[in-house]
Amino acid sequence: MTHPAAHTSAAPGISRHVASTSSPAARPPPPPPPPPPPRRARRADTVPVFVDGEEIAVPKGVTVLQACEQAGVDVPRFCYHQRLSIAGNCRMCLVEVEKSPKPVASCAMPVMPNMNIKTTTPLVKKAREGVMEFLLINHPLDCPICDQGGECELQDQSLVYGSDRSRFTEYKRAVEDKELGPLVKTVMSRCIHCTRCVRFATEVAGVQDLGVTGRGGMAEIGTYVSKLLSSELSGNVIDLCPVGALTSKPFAFTARSWELRQTESVDVTDGLGSNIRVDARGTEVMRVVPRLHEGVNEEWISDKARFSYDGLKRQRLDSPMVKDASGKLRQATWEQALDAVAAKMRSTPPEQMKAIAGKLADAESIVALKDMFNRVGCGNTRAESVEGVSADSRSSYLFNSNIVGVEDADVILLIGSDPRSEAPVLNARLRRANVAGGTRVASVGPTRDLTYPVESLGDSARDLETLASGSHPFFETMKAAERPLIIVGASALRRADKDAVMKAIHALADATGVVADDWNGFNVLHDAGGVVAALDLGFVPSTSAAGVSDADVSFVYSLGAEAGIEKSPGAFVVYQGHHGDVGAASADVILPGAAYTEKAGTYVNTEGRAQRAMPAVAPLGSAQEDWKIIRALSETVGAALPYDTIGDVRRRMEEISPTFARVDDVQPSMWLNGATYAHIGAKESKIDASEAFGTSVTNFYMTDAISRASATMAKCTKAHAAGAP
Amino acid sequence: MAAIMRALERASGLRGLRASIAPIASRGMAVDVAADRVHGGLKDEDRIFTNLYGKHDPFLKGAMKRGDWYNTKDLMLMGPDWIVNEIKASGLRGRGGAGFPSGLKWSFMPKVSDGRPSYLVINADESEPGTCKDREIMRHDPHKLLEGCLIAGTAMRARACYIYIRGEYVNERLNLERARDEAYAAGYLGKNACGSGIDFDINIHYGAGAYICGEETALIESLEGKQGKPRLKPPFPAGVGLYGCPTTVTNVETVAVAPTILRRGAEWFSSFGRKNNAGTKLFCISGHVNKPCTVEEEMSIPLKELIEKHCGGVRGGWDNLLAIIPGGSSVPLIPKKICEEVLMDFDSLKSAQSGLGTAAVIVMDKSTDVVDAIARLSYFYKHESCGQCTPCREGTGWLYNVMERMKKGDARLEEIDMLQELTKQIEGHTICALGDAAAWPVQGLIRHFRPELEARINAQPSAEQIAA
Repeated sequence: MTHPAAHTSAAPGISRHVASTSSPAARPPPPPPPPPPPRRARRADTVPVFVDGEEIAVPKGVTVLQACEQAGVDVPRFCYHQRLSIAGNCRMCLVEVEKSPKPVASCAMPVMPNMNIKTTTPLVKKAREGVMEFLLINHPLDCPICDQGGECELQDQSLVYGSDRSRFTEYKRAVEDKELGPLVKTVMSRCIHCTRCVRFATEVAGVQDLGVTGRGGMAEIGTYVSKLLSSELSGNVIDLCPVGALTSKPFAFTARSWELRQTESVDVTDGLGSNIRVDARGTEVMRVVPRLHEGVNEEWISDKARFSYDGLKRQRLDSPMVKDASGKLRQATWEQALDAVAAKMRSTPPEQMKAIAGKLADAESIVALKDMFNRVGCGNTRAESVEGVSADSRSSYLFNSNIVGVEDADVILLIGSDPRSEAPVLNARLRRANVAGGTRVASVGPTRDLTYPVESLGDSARDLETLASGSHPFFETMKAAERPLIIVGASALRRADKDAVMKAIHALADATGVVADDWNGFNVLHDAGGVVAALDLGFVPSTSAAGVSDADVSFVYSLGAEAGIEKSPGAFVVYQGHHGDVGAASADVILPGAAYTEKAGTYVNTEGRAQRAMPAVAPLGSAQEDWKIIRALSETVGAALPYDTIGDVRRRMEEISPTFARVDDVQPSMWLNGATYAHIGAKESKIDASEAFGTSVTNFYMTDAISRASATMAKCTKAHAAGAP
Repeated sequence: MAAIMRALERASGLRGLRASIAPIASRGMAVDVAADRVHGGLKDEDRIFTNLYGKHDPFLKGAMKRGDWYNTKDLMLMGPDWIVNEIKASGLRGRGGAGFPSGLKWSFMPKVSDGRPSYLVINADESEPGTCKDREIMRHDPHKLLEGCLIAGTAMRARACYIYIRGEYVNERLNLERARDEAYAAGYLGKNACGSGIDFDINIHYGAGAYICGEETALIESLEGKQGKPRLKPPFPAGVGLYGCPTTVTNVETVAVAPTILRRGAEWFSSFGRKNNAGTKLFCISGHVNKPCTVEEEMSIPLKELIEKHCGGVRGGWDNLLAIIPGGSSVPLIPKKICEEVLMDFDSLKSAQSGLGTAAVIVMDKSTDVVDAIARLSYFYKHESCGQCTPCREGTGWLYNVMERMKKGDARLEEIDMLQELTKQIEGHTICALGDAAAWPVQGLIRHFRPELEARINAQPSAEQIAA
């Protein structure tokens, strides 16, 4: 791995990095419950067991099922899920254990030393076949019209343990379907009562919505009183359901799983960068499902990440457009559009130009835009949602503890953040820290049910000042804590007094020991996928451009940015993006770009982890990948960028920031003890004590151009407005 | 006069028994022949439950006359280990159905607390069809239970006791609550119980009418306010039980006999019954007998003697007997031939492929539609299955459906084997024993009445016959 240790001054916002082995990123992530068997466990912590005659050493306290997994023996299961509590109710994982008179449920039985586990005996086969027969007697034979078909655990297991004919001649049970809202479709007759969904809702999502009513053959999963699932993570029950009882409502009857082309991608709808898989057929994205990433999203994604994909098919910009003399946008060729932009750029003095990178922009297009503007002599480059935020010190805008780090914290302070709306998957982790780890959580900012108890310390900036001054008892709590942690919401970075607020937070962090030798608990939670990359690439105004007034700007280049254009009324606006949203409405030229599912892009999440998304489908119509558009424009302008392939672009990114040199790795960043904001005096910025801390996300379901165009998200908005918790 | 009658009865019982033991012994059944003892004919002075029929005052004054709460403090001060050892020596086995040695079970509780309190939970959710012994204790001898709780609680170093009483037992509950209030007022319970220096509280909780809540872990769940669904074991309640604390769940009768055992000595108790089946036991005989009753008798009493002596015999005479379910609805029935020989204890009934269970003897004479009877039990188990685990949830309903058809003969002959296989698919594969309990009656029916099932199926016109 070679990357420059020092950077040129061409990038004004270069972050400083330090490779320290004792930094938080170097700590191994805490094991998920139950702990996976470590590869090289110490001898004293292991016990010998025999699986099908072969001796292996497994860690003490693991279950028989985990021991079998470690031995490479597959044990069928329905109710067991490694991230949920053990129910032991499906009885599919029965194995024979020597000296036990009955077969035992391997998912629930802890291993004993020298246990002799047998998984291939006739007794085991017979037991599993019996359970399978019972599961199938009341399961409808509607696989051909079931959306789970092809990826159904019951279907798969029945190939092994099922009979080719039934001896069940009675009537099958029929169960009334439940209405769980616009996202989760239910066919309850298919339910095998594994209770994974119930346990997920209760334990992970933290909503007591689902449960089992009735008993025996009358047992049903449901909400008892009909209501929609009030969780931002509700879509995950679709993945958890081993059968077709809970399926995706928007995906219903649109495709079979084996027709889909699977592409690994990254979610951009919040700052977490959840790993996703985009399933497409032809040119259409059919669905989005999570990918496993222990350090980021485990195997969950938010409902917005999962269901806003139908927004990719609506309100799209599929052709270049140029405003004609009458002020109407007319379809144009790429040549005409690029010429129009180039002509305007050439005729505009560089100090009157401004480029805004949108919050969904990929790093490749950001760096291309920055380089092009720098080449024509303009340094006025700003990132949409963090305009005016300093990029000098990387640690001042990152989630330094890392996402897994929140589980190590013993006290957490939220400032101007509602993690349930801003990053629901992170909120599930915070919940686990609180419920399982006993972490205390307090908040200066919005009060909302975060699914775990939160102490409210007020919501105004005055309350923050009180806390920072040490006169609030929670100050001592933080000080006494071993690993205190602060999460600053994105809304705090959008305040007019953000510099003073950040200075106060830094002061609080230093005074309470939020940053120590092996712990950095100062965290900023960004709310979109393109923000951190813009800061890492120094997409901030150069020193000379910092003072340029928006009113003097006569040329605005918006890279998918919706906000910020309106600050320069009368300016010539170029909108390069994929949706006809607010930004496009005020554009003079529209350059149709690609959405995140349509391009190879790099995104940096809130903890500073660079991740790659692959294109799942081709850009719509005559739209193009964004960095290519800018590359083409640069040539038309006469400031051709020196890269022709995406590999070249990425090498350029690596030059600017080593973040991009190591994909899927978090580079620890040096803590500068608040130096970033130390120079801020009362003259530059003063805390507006009366202004309350809010959240940057008022409606979780609609935060960006894609989700605003999504009909599913609109339905969710409506449903939650009607029955909002 | 009564004494003479009893002596006569005993004499005749003796003769009958000798005659019946011989064939059992010759078949290799575990009968204590060497001891040459015939069991049964419990003397009045050896009865533990002396107010079983409610002829006397059930409350404190009457109870003290019967010897309850006598020197309880001394028993407590003998210490937990002594109590446990005495119970072990007495050979007492749990009276709730499984017959686990009580002293051993009590000894599983932690000797030194890790900070968590220990609890004693009394399973008074008596709902096994045919069983009506605990209710007699609770309504007529509630102090025996309360004193037993204190003694057992002391033996387990428990801080408190919860009595989970079946919701339908309203009068029993009222009597028990009144008795508890008396005991508290007299200083026998609560702080410094009986002056022993030990604090011990008893709480009474009403069930809501679910059979499954008689399963110990489901009972604990229900006590905690959750759905009564059995927990996975391990961990066992003695490690993680009620509210996550060490807990022992035990039957009313088991606990209620403990004080008397301690007072009269382990040897006295173990002198009754055969080896490994010691003591006296409450038998509840119902069904087609002339005088259904609950009676305390010696363990290992021959079934026939139990019925002839205490219940006035089978309706229409012994020869009118069809079959008997000897231990509550969960155990397989035994036909008349076995009834003649079998002894009422754990081992003898086990070797007869049935079980003592709760000792609820359900007698069926020849007027019984035995298939219908077992089908009704299948309905019961289908209805009471908690629905948590697959074999029981799906299997009990299927069993019931097939049994309903068997009743009418609306089935194919091979479905009898299928039925047998189904019961085997349920049995032993479930979280709790309800699956087993649902399977066994049907297995018993097929084992002993297969010809009856076949006859009914054959009596039905076949499809070809109907078509012709």
